[in-house]
Amino acid sequence: MSVDYDAGHPIPAPTVHPDNQGFWDGVMRQELVIQRCGSCGAWAHPPRPMCPECRSPKREWSRAKGKGTVVSFVTYRQSVHPGFKVPYSVVLVELEEGVRLVSNLQGVKPEEIRIGMPVEAVFERINEEVVLPKFRKVD
Amino acid sequence: MDGFKGKAAVVGFALSPFSRDSRKTELRLSCEVIRDALDDAGLLVTDVDGLVKHADDASDEHAVSSSMGMENLTFFGEVKWGAAPCAMLLRAAMGVASGAARCVVVYRAVNGASRLRMTPSMKTSGQMSTSDLLQWTFHSPFGLTTEAGRVAMTVRRYMHDSGARSEQLGWVPVVCREHGACNPGGAYHGKPIRLEDYLASDLVVDPLRRLDCSEASDGAAAFVVTTPEVARDLRQKPVCILGAAQSMVRDTEMLAGYYRRDPARLPEVRDVGAKLFRTAGVSAGEIRVAQLDDAYGPLVPIQLEELGFCRQGEGASFCEGGSRIRRNGAIALNTSGGSLGEGHLCGMNLVAEAVRQIRGTSTNQVNTAELSLVVTGAGGPAAGLLLAAL
Repeated sequence: MSVDYDAGHPIPAPTVHPDNQGFWDGVMRQELVIQRCGSCGAWAHPPRPMCPECRSPKREWSRAKGKGTVVSFVTYRQSVHPGFKVPYSVVLVELEEGVRLVSNLQGVKPEEIRIGMPVEAVFERINEEVVLPKFRKVD
Repeated sequence: MDGFKGKAAVVGFALSPFSRDSRKTELRLSCEVIRDALDDAGLLVTDVDGLVKHADDASDEHAVSSSMGMENLTFFGEVKWGAAPCAMLLRAAMGVASGAARCVVVYRAVNGASRLRMTPSMKTSGQMSTSDLLQWTFHSPFGLTTEAGRVAMTVRRYMHDSGARSEQLGWVPVVCREHGACNPGGAYHGKPIRLEDYLASDLVVDPLRRLDCSEASDGAAAFVVTTPEVARDLRQKPVCILGAAQSMVRDTEMLAGYYRRDPARLPEVRDVGAKLFRTAGVSAGEIRVAQLDDAYGPLVPIQLEELGFCRQGEGASFCEGGSRIRRNGAIALNTSGGSLGEGHLCGMNLVAEAVRQIRGTSTNQVNTAELSLVVTGAGGPAAGLLLAAL
Protein backbone atom coordinates (compact mmCIF):
# COMPACT_ATOMS: atom_id res chain seq x y z
CA MET A 1 0.00 0.00 0.00
CA SER A 2 1.07 3.57 -0.65
CA VAL A 3 -1.20 5.28 1.85
CA ASP A 4 -2.73 3.87 5.00
CA TYR A 5 -6.44 4.49 4.47
CA ASP A 6 -9.13 4.60 7.12
CA ALA A 7 -11.90 2.57 5.51
CA GLY A 8 -14.47 4.25 7.74
CA HIS A 9 -13.91 7.56 5.96
CA PRO A 10 -14.15 7.35 2.17
CA ILE A 11 -11.53 9.37 0.33
CA PRO A 12 -12.54 11.91 -2.32
CA ALA A 13 -13.31 9.81 -5.39
CA PRO A 14 -12.34 10.85 -8.91
CA THR A 15 -15.08 12.72 -10.73
CA VAL A 16 -15.44 11.26 -14.20
CA HIS A 17 -16.81 13.45 -16.97
CA PRO A 18 -16.56 13.56 -20.78
CA ASP A 19 -13.23 15.39 -20.83
CA ASN A 20 -11.39 12.94 -18.56
CA GLN A 21 -13.30 9.68 -19.02
CA GLY A 22 -10.61 7.99 -21.12
CA PHE A 23 -8.08 8.36 -18.31
CA TRP A 24 -10.33 6.85 -15.63
CA ASP A 25 -11.66 4.11 -17.94
CA GLY A 26 -8.04 3.13 -18.52
CA VAL A 27 -7.35 3.08 -14.80
CA MET A 28 -10.30 0.70 -14.24
CA ARG A 29 -8.67 -1.63 -16.81
CA GLN A 30 -5.36 -1.13 -14.97
CA GLU A 31 -3.84 0.68 -17.91
CA LEU A 32 -2.21 4.09 -17.74
CA VAL A 33 -3.95 5.91 -20.56
CA ILE A 34 -3.07 9.52 -21.30
CA GLN A 35 -4.87 11.99 -23.51
CA ARG A 36 -3.28 12.68 -26.89
CA CYS A 37 -4.09 15.02 -29.71
CA GLY A 38 -5.60 13.26 -32.71
CA SER A 39 -4.10 15.90 -34.99
CA CYS A 40 -0.60 16.74 -33.76
CA GLY A 41 0.03 13.87 -31.34
CA ALA A 42 0.87 16.08 -28.30
CA TRP A 43 0.32 14.37 -24.93
CA ALA A 44 -1.80 16.23 -22.39
CA HIS A 45 -2.49 15.83 -18.69
CA PRO A 46 -4.72 16.78 -17.00
CA PRO A 47 -7.05 16.05 -19.92
CA ARG A 48 -8.45 19.03 -21.78
CA PRO A 49 -11.24 19.47 -24.33
CA MET A 50 -8.88 21.00 -26.90
CA CYS A 51 -5.22 20.56 -27.77
CA PRO A 52 -3.26 23.46 -26.24
CA GLU A 53 -0.60 22.99 -28.94
CA CYS A 54 -2.70 23.03 -32.12
CA ARG A 55 -6.29 23.83 -31.01
CA SER A 56 -7.61 20.58 -32.47
CA PRO A 57 -10.75 19.29 -30.68
CA LYS A 58 -9.85 15.75 -31.76
CA ARG A 59 -8.96 14.12 -28.44
CA GLU A 60 -7.67 10.57 -28.33
CA TRP A 61 -6.42 8.24 -25.61
CA SER A 62 -3.14 6.42 -25.78
CA ARG A 63 -1.48 3.95 -23.49
CA ALA A 64 1.61 5.43 -21.80
CA LYS A 65 4.65 3.33 -20.97
CA GLY A 66 4.11 4.00 -17.26
CA LYS A 67 7.75 4.90 -16.63
CA GLY A 68 8.73 8.16 -15.02
CA THR A 69 10.66 10.03 -12.35
CA VAL A 70 9.72 11.88 -9.16
CA VAL A 71 9.71 15.63 -9.80
CA SER A 72 8.59 16.72 -6.33
CA PHE A 73 6.84 15.35 -3.25
CA VAL A 74 5.25 16.41 0.01
CA THR A 75 4.52 14.55 3.23
CA TYR A 76 1.38 15.23 5.22
CA ARG A 77 2.35 15.00 8.88
CA GLN A 78 -0.87 16.48 10.24
CA SER A 79 -4.20 15.00 9.31
CA VAL A 80 -6.43 17.09 7.05
CA HIS A 81 -8.78 14.31 5.90
CA PRO A 82 -9.77 11.38 8.12
CA GLY A 83 -9.58 8.95 5.19
CA PHE A 84 -5.79 9.35 4.92
CA LYS A 85 -3.74 8.27 7.96
CA VAL A 86 -0.63 10.40 8.51
CA PRO A 87 2.14 10.43 7.67
CA TYR A 88 1.63 9.91 3.96
CA SER A 89 3.38 11.35 0.94
CA VAL A 90 2.08 12.68 -2.34
CA VAL A 91 4.41 12.65 -5.33
CA LEU A 92 4.51 14.53 -8.60
CA VAL A 93 5.72 12.16 -11.30
CA GLU A 94 6.89 13.12 -14.77
CA LEU A 95 6.24 10.36 -17.29
CA GLU A 96 8.60 9.61 -20.15
CA GLU A 97 5.88 11.00 -22.40
CA GLY A 98 6.51 14.39 -20.78
CA VAL A 99 3.30 14.86 -18.79
CA ARG A 100 3.09 14.97 -14.99
CA LEU A 101 0.73 13.17 -12.61
CA VAL A 102 -0.01 13.63 -8.93
CA SER A 103 0.04 10.24 -7.18
CA ASN A 104 1.45 8.21 -4.29
CA LEU A 105 4.44 5.87 -4.07
CA GLN A 106 4.01 2.26 -2.98
CA GLY A 107 6.52 0.69 -0.65
CA VAL A 108 8.73 3.75 -0.09
CA LYS A 109 8.88 5.51 3.28
CA PRO A 110 8.47 9.32 3.19
CA GLU A 111 12.09 9.88 4.24
CA GLU A 112 13.34 7.62 1.43
CA ILE A 113 11.65 9.53 -1.40
CA ARG A 114 14.08 11.47 -3.60
CA ILE A 115 13.56 13.86 -6.47
CA GLY A 116 14.77 12.12 -9.62
CA MET A 117 13.86 8.65 -8.32
CA PRO A 118 12.79 6.38 -11.23
CA VAL A 119 9.31 4.94 -10.80
CA GLU A 120 6.74 2.89 -12.69
CA ALA A 121 2.97 2.84 -12.65
CA VAL A 122 0.96 0.29 -10.67
CA PHE A 123 -2.73 0.14 -9.88
CA GLU A 124 -4.27 0.03 -6.45
CA ARG A 125 -7.85 -0.84 -5.60
CA ILE A 126 -8.90 1.51 -2.80
CA ASN A 127 -12.48 0.27 -2.34
CA GLU A 128 -15.29 -1.24 -4.39
CA GLU A 129 -15.65 1.83 -6.57
CA VAL A 130 -12.21 3.34 -6.71
CA VAL A 131 -9.00 2.21 -8.41
CA LEU A 132 -6.11 4.69 -8.49
CA PRO A 133 -2.91 4.81 -10.53
CA LYS A 134 0.05 4.71 -8.15
CA PHE A 135 3.79 4.30 -8.62
CA ARG A 136 6.55 2.15 -7.23
CA LYS A 137 10.29 2.59 -7.17
CA VAL A 138 12.30 1.03 -9.98
CA ASP A 139 15.79 -0.18 -9.05
CA MET B 1 -1.68 49.47 -19.34
CA ASP B 2 -0.05 52.83 -19.88
CA GLY B 3 -3.62 53.89 -20.68
CA PHE B 4 -4.35 54.60 -17.04
CA LYS B 5 -0.90 55.34 -15.71
CA GLY B 6 -1.37 58.05 -13.13
CA LYS B 7 -5.07 58.42 -13.90
CA ALA B 8 -6.35 57.04 -10.60
CA ALA B 9 -5.44 57.53 -6.95
CA VAL B 10 -6.15 55.81 -3.66
CA VAL B 11 -7.57 58.48 -1.40
CA GLY B 12 -8.89 56.49 1.52
CA PHE B 13 -8.72 53.09 3.13
CA ALA B 14 -9.73 51.28 6.28
CA LEU B 15 -8.99 47.95 7.93
CA SER B 16 -11.18 46.41 10.59
CA PRO B 17 -9.46 44.89 13.64
CA PHE B 18 -8.00 41.43 12.99
CA SER B 19 -9.81 38.97 15.21
CA ARG B 20 -10.52 35.30 15.82
CA ASP B 21 -14.25 35.96 16.01
CA SER B 22 -15.69 39.21 14.70
CA ARG B 23 -19.21 38.33 15.93
CA LYS B 24 -20.49 40.29 12.94
CA THR B 25 -21.88 39.24 9.60
CA GLU B 26 -19.59 39.78 6.65
CA LEU B 27 -22.13 42.26 5.25
CA ARG B 28 -21.92 44.34 8.40
CA LEU B 29 -18.12 44.16 8.34
CA SER B 30 -18.24 45.34 4.71
CA CYS B 31 -20.52 48.28 5.46
CA GLU B 32 -18.52 49.40 8.49
CA VAL B 33 -15.17 49.24 6.76
CA ILE B 34 -16.50 51.08 3.69
CA ARG B 35 -17.92 53.80 5.95
CA ASP B 36 -14.50 54.09 7.65
CA ALA B 37 -12.62 54.22 4.35
CA LEU B 38 -14.90 57.01 3.09
CA ASP B 39 -14.38 58.89 6.38
CA ASP B 40 -10.65 58.48 5.93
CA ALA B 41 -10.93 60.02 2.46
CA GLY B 42 -13.34 62.74 3.49
CA LEU B 43 -15.99 61.52 1.05
CA LEU B 44 -19.67 60.73 1.49
CA VAL B 45 -21.52 57.51 0.73
CA THR B 46 -23.40 59.45 -1.94
CA ASP B 47 -20.12 60.24 -3.71
CA VAL B 48 -19.61 56.54 -4.47
CA ASP B 49 -20.58 55.43 -7.97
CA GLY B 50 -18.57 52.20 -8.23
CA LEU B 51 -18.11 49.02 -6.16
CA VAL B 52 -15.64 46.20 -6.69
CA LYS B 53 -16.14 43.04 -4.63
CA HIS B 54 -14.43 39.65 -4.35
CA ALA B 55 -16.13 36.71 -6.04
CA ASP B 56 -15.85 34.55 -2.91
CA ASP B 57 -17.38 37.15 -0.59
CA ALA B 58 -20.91 36.90 0.74
CA SER B 59 -21.64 40.64 0.60
CA ASP B 60 -22.99 41.41 -2.87
CA GLU B 61 -22.82 44.92 -4.30
CA HIS B 62 -26.58 45.45 -4.13
CA ALA B 63 -26.66 44.39 -0.48
CA VAL B 64 -23.88 46.83 0.38
CA SER B 65 -25.41 49.57 -1.72
CA SER B 66 -28.87 49.16 -0.19
CA SER B 67 -27.52 48.81 3.34
CA MET B 68 -25.50 52.01 3.05
CA GLY B 69 -27.90 54.12 1.04
CA MET B 70 -25.70 54.46 -2.01
CA GLU B 71 -27.25 56.11 -5.05
CA ASN B 72 -26.56 55.91 -8.75
CA LEU B 73 -23.89 53.20 -9.01
CA THR B 74 -22.57 53.06 -12.57
CA PHE B 75 -19.73 50.54 -12.20
CA PHE B 76 -19.68 47.28 -10.22
CA GLY B 77 -18.56 43.69 -10.44
CA GLU B 78 -16.43 40.93 -9.01
CA VAL B 79 -12.78 39.96 -9.11
CA LYS B 80 -11.56 36.47 -8.21
CA TRP B 81 -8.80 34.43 -6.60
CA GLY B 82 -5.81 35.22 -4.46
CA ALA B 83 -4.51 37.95 -6.72
CA ALA B 84 -7.70 39.91 -6.12
CA PRO B 85 -6.41 42.57 -3.71
CA CYS B 86 -4.24 44.15 -6.41
CA ALA B 87 -6.55 43.10 -9.24
CA MET B 88 -9.52 44.77 -7.52
CA LEU B 89 -7.59 48.05 -7.35
CA LEU B 90 -6.70 47.57 -11.01
CA ARG B 91 -10.41 47.18 -11.81
CA ALA B 92 -11.21 50.33 -9.81
CA ALA B 93 -8.46 52.27 -11.59
CA MET B 94 -9.83 51.11 -14.94
CA GLY B 95 -13.26 52.34 -13.98
CA VAL B 96 -12.00 55.74 -12.91
CA ALA B 97 -9.54 56.20 -15.78
CA SER B 98 -12.12 55.25 -18.40
CA GLY B 99 -14.76 57.55 -17.04
CA ALA B 100 -17.12 54.67 -16.22
CA ALA B 101 -17.06 55.88 -12.62
CA ARG B 102 -15.63 58.72 -10.58
CA CYS B 103 -15.34 57.20 -7.13
CA VAL B 104 -14.95 53.44 -6.78
CA VAL B 105 -14.90 51.53 -3.50
CA VAL B 106 -13.04 48.21 -3.35
CA TYR B 107 -14.04 46.05 -0.40
CA ARG B 108 -13.56 42.61 1.07
CA ALA B 109 -14.91 41.15 4.32
CA VAL B 110 -14.08 37.63 5.44
CA ASN B 111 -14.84 35.75 8.63
CA GLY B 112 -11.91 33.51 7.85
CA ALA B 113 -11.20 32.36 11.40
CA SER B 114 -14.60 31.93 12.98
CA ARG B 115 -16.31 30.38 9.97
CA LEU B 116 -14.30 27.94 7.99
CA ARG B 117 -14.05 28.79 4.31
CA MET B 118 -12.46 26.91 1.44
CA THR B 119 -12.48 23.64 3.33
CA PRO B 120 -11.28 20.55 1.49
CA SER B 121 -14.81 19.15 1.46
CA MET B 122 -15.92 22.08 -0.69
CA LYS B 123 -13.59 20.81 -3.32
CA THR B 124 -14.68 17.19 -3.39
CA SER B 125 -16.95 15.85 -6.05
CA GLY B 126 -20.46 16.98 -6.67
CA GLN B 127 -20.32 20.75 -6.60
CA MET B 128 -17.32 21.57 -8.72
CA SER B 129 -17.13 23.46 -11.95
CA THR B 130 -15.46 21.72 -14.87
CA SER B 131 -12.46 24.01 -14.48
CA ASP B 132 -12.10 22.93 -10.85
CA LEU B 133 -12.34 19.32 -11.97
CA LEU B 134 -9.34 19.71 -14.24
CA GLN B 135 -7.21 20.09 -11.17
CA TRP B 136 -9.00 18.61 -8.18
CA THR B 137 -10.02 15.24 -9.49
CA PHE B 138 -6.35 14.55 -10.17
CA HIS B 139 -5.20 15.77 -6.74
CA SER B 140 -7.73 14.99 -4.02
CA PRO B 141 -7.99 11.21 -4.45
CA PHE B 142 -4.25 11.05 -3.74
CA GLY B 143 -4.58 13.00 -0.49
CA LEU B 144 -3.42 16.31 -1.92
CA THR B 145 -6.46 18.03 -0.51
CA THR B 146 -5.17 21.34 0.86
CA GLU B 147 -3.72 24.62 -0.35
CA ALA B 148 -0.73 24.11 1.92
CA GLY B 149 -0.06 20.72 0.33
CA ARG B 150 -0.07 22.17 -3.15
CA VAL B 151 2.24 24.99 -2.14
CA ALA B 152 4.55 22.51 -0.40
CA MET B 153 5.01 20.67 -3.70
CA THR B 154 6.38 23.85 -5.29
CA VAL B 155 8.50 24.63 -2.23
CA ARG B 156 10.07 21.16 -2.16
CA ARG B 157 11.11 21.51 -5.78
CA TYR B 158 12.40 25.03 -5.16
CA MET B 159 14.54 23.76 -2.27
CA HIS B 160 15.87 21.00 -4.50
CA ASP B 161 16.69 23.31 -7.41
CA SER B 162 18.17 26.20 -5.42
CA GLY B 163 19.62 24.41 -2.40
CA ALA B 164 17.42 26.55 -0.12
CA ARG B 165 17.33 25.27 3.46
CA SER B 166 14.76 25.62 6.25
CA GLU B 167 17.27 27.71 8.20
CA GLN B 168 17.13 30.27 5.38
CA LEU B 169 13.42 30.11 4.54
CA GLY B 170 12.58 30.67 8.21
CA TRP B 171 13.82 34.25 8.05
CA VAL B 172 10.72 35.28 6.09
CA PRO B 173 8.29 34.56 8.95
CA VAL B 174 10.85 35.80 11.48
CA VAL B 175 11.16 39.21 9.77
CA CYS B 176 7.42 39.43 9.07
CA ARG B 177 6.71 38.81 12.75
CA GLU B 178 9.41 41.33 13.72
CA HIS B 179 7.69 43.95 11.59
CA GLY B 180 4.29 42.89 12.86
CA ALA B 181 5.49 43.06 16.45
CA CYS B 182 5.76 46.88 16.13
CA ASN B 183 2.34 47.22 14.48
CA PRO B 184 -0.29 47.98 17.15
CA GLY B 185 -3.07 47.31 14.63
CA GLY B 186 -1.96 43.77 13.84
CA ALA B 187 -2.78 40.42 15.38
CA TYR B 188 0.84 39.79 16.42
CA HIS B 189 1.68 43.12 18.08
CA GLY B 190 4.45 42.55 20.61
CA LYS B 191 4.79 38.90 19.58
CA PRO B 192 7.99 38.40 17.59
CA ILE B 193 9.43 34.94 16.97
CA ARG B 194 13.01 33.72 16.65
CA LEU B 195 14.48 31.38 14.06
CA GLU B 196 14.60 28.67 16.74
CA ASP B 197 10.85 28.99 17.20
CA TYR B 198 10.42 28.55 13.47
CA LEU B 199 12.64 25.48 13.32
CA ALA B 200 10.79 23.98 16.28
CA SER B 201 7.37 24.56 14.75
CA ASP B 202 5.54 21.47 13.49
CA LEU B 203 5.84 20.24 9.96
CA VAL B 204 2.28 20.50 8.75
CA VAL B 205 2.90 19.19 5.30
CA ASP B 206 6.60 18.68 4.89
CA PRO B 207 8.47 20.87 3.91
CA LEU B 208 5.97 23.50 5.15
CA ARG B 209 5.98 24.28 8.86
CA ARG B 210 3.16 25.73 10.92
CA LEU B 211 4.95 29.11 10.97
CA ASP B 212 5.25 29.12 7.17
CA CYS B 213 1.48 29.27 6.89
CA SER B 214 -0.45 32.42 7.71
CA GLU B 215 -3.50 31.90 9.85
CA ALA B 216 -6.86 33.21 8.65
CA SER B 217 -8.38 36.12 10.56
CA ASP B 218 -11.82 37.62 10.65
CA GLY B 219 -11.66 41.08 9.19
CA ALA B 220 -12.40 43.50 6.41
CA ALA B 221 -10.73 46.13 4.27
CA ALA B 222 -11.88 48.84 1.90
CA PHE B 223 -10.17 51.29 -0.43
CA VAL B 224 -11.47 54.39 -2.17
CA VAL B 225 -10.17 55.13 -5.67
CA THR B 226 -10.90 58.32 -7.58
CA THR B 227 -9.45 60.63 -10.22
CA PRO B 228 -6.31 62.69 -9.57
CA GLU B 229 -8.37 65.89 -9.89
CA VAL B 230 -10.74 64.86 -7.11
CA ALA B 231 -7.88 63.35 -5.09
CA ARG B 232 -5.99 66.63 -4.74
CA ASP B 233 -8.78 68.29 -2.77
CA LEU B 234 -9.36 65.52 -0.24
CA ARG B 235 -8.32 64.90 3.34
CA GLN B 236 -5.39 62.52 2.82
CA LYS B 237 -2.18 62.71 0.86
CA PRO B 238 -3.27 61.06 -2.40
CA VAL B 239 -1.52 57.89 -3.48
CA CYS B 240 -1.20 57.54 -7.23
CA ILE B 241 -1.66 54.16 -8.94
CA LEU B 242 1.38 54.41 -11.17
CA GLY B 243 0.92 50.91 -12.51
CA ALA B 244 -1.39 47.95 -12.07
CA ALA B 245 -0.94 44.56 -13.72
CA GLN B 246 -2.35 41.05 -13.82
CA SER B 247 -0.77 37.91 -15.26
CA MET B 248 -1.85 34.43 -16.22
CA VAL B 249 0.46 32.34 -18.40
CA ARG B 250 0.50 28.93 -20.07
CA ASP B 251 -0.36 26.26 -17.51
CA THR B 252 -1.22 28.63 -14.66
CA GLU B 253 -3.06 26.55 -12.06
CA MET B 254 -4.38 27.49 -8.64
CA LEU B 255 -1.35 27.26 -6.34
CA ALA B 256 -0.06 24.36 -8.39
CA GLY B 257 2.16 25.04 -11.36
CA TYR B 258 2.83 21.31 -11.61
CA TYR B 259 2.20 20.93 -15.26
CA ARG B 260 4.51 23.60 -16.57
CA ARG B 261 8.11 23.10 -17.55
CA ASP B 262 9.54 24.45 -14.33
CA PRO B 263 7.25 23.70 -11.38
CA ALA B 264 9.30 25.79 -8.92
CA ARG B 265 8.98 29.17 -10.64
CA LEU B 266 6.33 31.87 -10.43
CA PRO B 267 6.26 33.27 -13.97
CA GLU B 268 3.06 35.23 -13.28
CA VAL B 269 4.88 37.24 -10.59
CA ARG B 270 7.80 37.79 -12.95
CA ASP B 271 5.48 39.14 -15.63
CA VAL B 272 3.59 41.38 -13.21
CA GLY B 273 6.86 42.91 -11.97
CA ALA B 274 8.25 43.41 -15.46
CA LYS B 275 5.07 45.11 -16.61
CA LEU B 276 4.86 47.40 -13.58
CA PHE B 277 8.48 48.47 -13.84
CA ARG B 278 8.21 49.02 -17.59
CA THR B 279 5.05 51.11 -17.23
CA ALA B 280 6.60 53.26 -14.54
CA GLY B 281 9.99 53.43 -16.27
CA VAL B 282 11.85 52.15 -13.21
CA SER B 283 14.03 49.16 -12.38
CA ALA B 284 13.81 46.76 -9.45
CA GLY B 285 16.86 48.44 -7.97
CA GLU B 286 14.89 51.64 -7.43
CA ILE B 287 12.28 49.91 -5.24
CA ARG B 288 12.99 50.08 -1.48
CA VAL B 289 9.78 48.62 -0.07
CA ALA B 290 7.59 45.75 -1.21
CA GLN B 291 4.59 43.89 0.18
CA LEU B 292 4.78 40.38 -1.28
CA ASP B 293 2.29 37.53 -0.99
CA ASP B 294 3.27 35.79 2.23
CA ALA B 295 0.22 33.61 2.75
CA TYR B 296 2.95 30.93 2.56
CA GLY B 297 6.36 32.24 3.58
CA PRO B 298 8.57 30.07 1.34
CA LEU B 299 6.98 31.56 -1.78
CA VAL B 300 8.51 34.94 -0.84
CA PRO B 301 12.13 34.13 -1.83
CA ILE B 302 10.87 32.92 -5.22
CA GLN B 303 8.95 36.19 -5.67
CA LEU B 304 12.09 38.19 -4.75
CA GLU B 305 13.88 36.34 -7.56
CA GLU B 306 11.10 36.75 -10.11
CA LEU B 307 10.85 40.48 -9.39
CA GLY B 308 14.59 40.91 -9.86
CA PHE B 309 15.51 41.87 -6.29
CA CYS B 310 18.06 39.04 -6.36
CA ARG B 311 19.24 36.46 -8.85
CA GLN B 312 17.39 33.26 -9.63
CA GLY B 313 18.10 30.61 -7.02
CA GLU B 314 19.42 33.15 -4.50
CA GLY B 315 16.16 34.19 -2.85
CA ALA B 316 16.63 32.05 0.24
CA SER B 317 20.22 33.17 0.85
CA PHE B 318 19.04 36.76 0.25
CA CYS B 319 16.58 36.34 3.13
CA GLU B 320 19.03 34.56 5.44
CA GLY B 321 19.83 36.57 8.54
CA GLY B 322 17.01 38.98 7.74
CA SER B 323 19.12 42.10 7.25
CA ARG B 324 18.34 42.55 3.56
CA ILE B 325 14.56 42.31 4.04
CA ARG B 326 14.17 44.33 7.24
CA ARG B 327 12.92 47.92 7.26
CA ASN B 328 16.41 49.28 6.66
CA GLY B 329 17.47 46.53 4.27
CA ALA B 330 17.91 46.52 0.52
CA ILE B 331 14.21 45.80 0.14
CA ALA B 332 11.95 46.30 3.13
CA LEU B 333 9.55 43.35 3.07
CA ASN B 334 5.99 43.32 4.38
CA THR B 335 6.51 46.25 6.69
CA SER B 336 3.17 45.91 8.51
CA GLY B 337 3.98 42.25 9.12
CA GLY B 338 2.00 41.02 6.13
CA SER B 339 -0.18 37.92 6.25
CA LEU B 340 2.31 36.14 8.53
CA GLY B 341 2.95 39.02 10.93
CA GLU B 342 -0.05 41.37 10.81
CA GLY B 343 -2.87 39.01 9.95
CA HIS B 344 -4.25 37.00 7.08
CA LEU B 345 -6.90 39.06 5.38
CA CYS B 346 -6.48 37.41 1.98
CA GLY B 347 -3.77 39.97 1.09
CA MET B 348 -5.98 43.06 1.46
CA ASN B 349 -3.78 44.35 4.28
CA LEU B 350 -0.72 44.15 2.00
CA VAL B 351 -2.32 46.78 -0.23
CA ALA B 352 -3.19 48.91 2.82
CA GLU B 353 0.44 48.86 3.91
CA ALA B 354 1.63 49.75 0.42
CA VAL B 355 -0.62 52.84 0.64
CA ARG B 356 0.69 53.71 4.12
CA GLN B 357 4.27 53.64 2.84
CA ILE B 358 3.45 56.44 0.38
CA ARG B 359 1.43 58.37 2.94
CA GLY B 360 4.31 58.02 5.37
CA THR B 361 2.17 56.44 8.08
CA SER B 362 3.58 52.92 8.40
CA THR B 363 4.68 51.74 11.82
CA ASN B 364 7.80 50.57 9.96
CA GLN B 365 8.07 53.56 7.66
CA VAL B 366 10.78 53.38 5.00
CA ASN B 367 12.01 56.97 4.76
CA THR B 368 13.16 56.64 1.19
CA ALA B 369 9.95 55.03 -0.07
CA GLU B 370 9.05 56.95 -3.21
CA LEU B 371 7.72 53.85 -4.93
CA SER B 372 5.66 51.23 -3.15
CA LEU B 373 5.21 47.76 -4.65
CA VAL B 374 2.61 45.18 -3.71
CA VAL B 375 2.09 41.74 -5.27
CA THR B 376 -0.74 39.29 -4.57
CA GLY B 377 -1.52 35.85 -5.96
CA ALA B 378 1.82 34.04 -5.78
CA GLY B 379 1.37 30.49 -7.07
CA GLY B 380 -1.57 31.22 -9.34
CA PRO B 381 -2.82 34.11 -11.43
CA ALA B 382 -0.93 37.10 -9.99
CA ALA B 383 -1.47 40.85 -9.78
CA GLY B 384 0.52 43.83 -8.58
CA LEU B 385 0.43 47.56 -8.01
CA LEU B 386 3.11 50.20 -8.07
CA LEU B 387 2.15 53.23 -6.01
CA ALA B 388 3.73 56.69 -5.67
CA ALA B 389 2.86 60.13 -4.39
CA LEU B 390 0.54 61.98 -6.76
